[in-house]
Amino acid sequence: MPINETLSTYSDWLYTTAAAIYVVALMMTLVEQGFGAKGRLAAERAKLRARELVGAGGPPVEEAPAAPREVGKPERIGRMGAALLVLGALLQLSAIVLRGLAVHRAPWGNMYEYGMAVTFITVATWLVVMRKFPVRHLTGFLLLPVVILMFINGTLLYTTAAPVQPALQSYWLVIHVSAAIIGSGVFLVPGVASVLYLFRAAYDKDSTKFARFAPKLPAADVLDRIAYRTTIFAFPVFTFGVLCGAVWAESAWGRFWGWDPKETVAFIAWVVYAAYLHSRATAGWRGARAAAINIVGFAAIIFNLFFVNLVTAGLHSYAGVG
Amino acid sequence: MTTTEAPPKAPQGPTPAKRTFAFLRNTWRGLTSMRTALVLLFLLALAALPGALLPQRKLNAPKVDEYIAAHGWWGTLLDKLEFYDVYSSVWFSAIYLLLMVSLVGCLTPRSFEYVKAMRAQPVLTPRNLARMPHHRIGRGENDVATEIAAAHKQLSGWRRVEREEAGGVRTISAERGFLRETGNLVFHFSMLGLIVFFALGKLFGYEGQVIVQADGSTFCNSGIYNYDSFNAGLRVDGTDLNPFCVKVNDFTARFTESGQPDYYHSNIEYQSGQDLETGTWHPYGLEVNSPLRTAGDRVYLLGHGYSPKFTVTFPDGTQRTQNTQWRTVDPATMLAEGATKFDQPGITDEVQRRTRQLAVTGLFAPTSFMHGNVLTSSAPELKDPAVAVDILRGDLGLDAGRGQSVFQVDQSLVDDGRLKKVARENLKVGQEIKLDDGTKIRFDGVGQWVSLQVSHDPTQGFVLGFAIAMFLGLGASLLVKRRRLWVRVKPGTEDEPGTVIEVAGLARTDQAGYGEEFHRVSDRLISGQKG
Repeated sequence: MPINETLSTYSDWLYTTAAAIYVVALMMTLVEQGFGAKGRLAAERAKLRARELVGAGGPPVEEAPAAPREVGKPERIGRMGAALLVLGALLQLSAIVLRGLAVHRAPWGNMYEYGMAVTFITVATWLVVMRKFPVRHLTGFLLLPVVILMFINGTLLYTTAAPVQPALQSYWLVIHVSAAIIGSGVFLVPGVASVLYLFRAAYDKDSTKFARFAPKLPAADVLDRIAYRTTIFAFPVFTFGVLCGAVWAESAWGRFWGWDPKETVAFIAWVVYAAYLHSRATAGWRGARAAAINIVGFAAIIFNLFFVNLVTAGLHSYAGVG
Repeated sequence: MTTTEAPPKAPQGPTPAKRTFAFLRNTWRGLTSMRTALVLLFLLALAALPGALLPQRKLNAPKVDEYIAAHGWWGTLLDKLEFYDVYSSVWFSAIYLLLMVSLVGCLTPRSFEYVKAMRAQPVLTPRNLARMPHHRIGRGENDVATEIAAAHKQLSGWRRVEREEAGGVRTISAERGFLRETGNLVFHFSMLGLIVFFALGKLFGYEGQVIVQADGSTFCNSGIYNYDSFNAGLRVDGTDLNPFCVKVNDFTARFTESGQPDYYHSNIEYQSGQDLETGTWHPYGLEVNSPLRTAGDRVYLLGHGYSPKFTVTFPDGTQRTQNTQWRTVDPATMLAEGATKFDQPGITDEVQRRTRQLAVTGLFAPTSFMHGNVLTSSAPELKDPAVAVDILRGDLGLDAGRGQSVFQVDQSLVDDGRLKKVARENLKVGQEIKLDDGTKIRFDGVGQWVSLQVSHDPTQGFVLGFAIAMFLGLGASLLVKRRRLWVRVKPGTEDEPGTVIEVAGLARTDQAGYGEEFHRVSDRLISGQKG
């Protein structure tokens, strides 16, 4: 079937608009993060006091509803930023759907489409996280890598809509690649949370470190819990993606596992995240070390996204980038 | 997970036997500690990395040679350190073997604990339930026995035990979520199984590639010599391959307007088992993503290419026709290069023969495009085929006893002057070259070839089974929560008849979210049988 170029053009416009809206949302939530600290700090302190009253040895803080806080201007701007984020996500979702309709297949057959879907999943995950944890003011930190990825993706990696080569014409494209997309997309969230955790943990240890920045972050255990809960969601999905990839490879390439660069780096990322899960259950490795491991995993995912497709020549070289 | 603890120092000097034992025990403890496992996991990730960064011999041997040549002593050193065979190297194997030992060391005691925990009764109800992270207290209208019976009903999915305390107080201690540990053990044991069967598959498996002309030519899996290249596991000597034959009847490729391949299809016929004796052939449409599975082996369509057909008419009138496969040099336009070699028939004198052999070498373009005088291809389809060839005459070295590439002539013979260029021409289909001695070489047409891969892996079904078990185990171990719940029912006093119901809960893993479930369950317990 021929490519519907009108739809693919609309898809491109929506993608660009979504990216622009993310930039605005990024700036708005950074305003909240930067200037809305007063009310939040007070709330944080109040919460700390409440916890001290309950007594040490209690359970980790339950995800209590956000403490009532003064609603100042920065908070209002932050709320607008979050609303824009939802709008941007909807536009990006439409961009993905239109691309799929334009090419009459699952819209993740090359790197541009893959990157588009991964960043959407990251934003969608963040929207869910925001509902469960009071972290709206951190949106800017998450959007920073998302916007950078979307920019690189939309410029350097842009590929015009086209059908895929015979090796990709399989229902496994839908299963394997969507699992990889969801896994990688969600993994970006714990990566960002772990980076913030390191700042906060360093501050908690020595209050002269990052004294202006870190107090505005949520408590270390909140960040740790965000990282953990998103990781344990993404890890099985990613595992499923790798297993499906092996099944597909068996029927497409003649072997289920052959240490192709992409397979290798996926294996590395998997081992690193397995180490993260184990480290959280090991005395002396909880906290900062676990967060550092999660960041290494995050790096492996990004490395797998870019380096493996663009630099090495492997069987997964479907980037479509000349 | 065993912890590393320094052994208590013996007051007197221990005997050598004791010291050895202590050493072994400490090594074992150290090896099976979680910390070691973490370090090993890291090493494994790190050790796998060169495989993605450096060319690997298993995947691309010529590239490895290029890399070594380009990097001098550094390249050679990496070669000595097995950096081009990372996944079969001593150090990579050492890491995963240690990791497996560590895993077994972790899992064995854990399995015993698991069995013990499965048999043990839920723990005693703590005296002070208010201390638990989740705690609620309420009143029941009925007597203790009724309330307890109702609570049992509410907790039907839980493992529970009822105990009696002084003063007519009865308690239920319940727990749930054993599936978490079950999943954990299943995951780890399946991973061990997967690794073992993966290794066995490598020992007993083989993989062979062969190029077959798509004109009804046949390939039989009867021995290694039928293959162009063959990689076998250590336990395969090539004598006992599963017998089957494949006949390649045609090949169709379709391309988009931009020249991107869109569809590959090859009609083949195959026979295996009984059919080999009766000579029955079964048709099959071979495609990428749709291998032929027969006789325990798989046949894949890996690639395709063109074979230009040349007919040589020798001065004495004898004719020879060949369509040798040429190899694709540019996959985008299917520009190909190759060498089609001819031996003039009817010449018995060895010396004379070695002056009369012919080779047609050069470039083939399926859709020719002349760039000045240089032939290139502008599209991968067979629209306007042409060749740009040199005709070499002399000694091809075919009977020198040395193997040579099917795609090129032995350059040393050209350098020696034993093989001389006698013509250079661009030809379209039907055109011919006339040599000085009257020999005519005609470009007759174009055939197609397919490159097939035969794979044999006797254990891959087991690997798949373990992988699925691993995935299910992983899901259970991450998603199931281990949690406890206690109910204590006290008889009411005379002022306040009925009962006092106390419910408490504790999540044993650091999973948040137990709060919601606790509220739901305790609501039902306290408000009676309404729920």
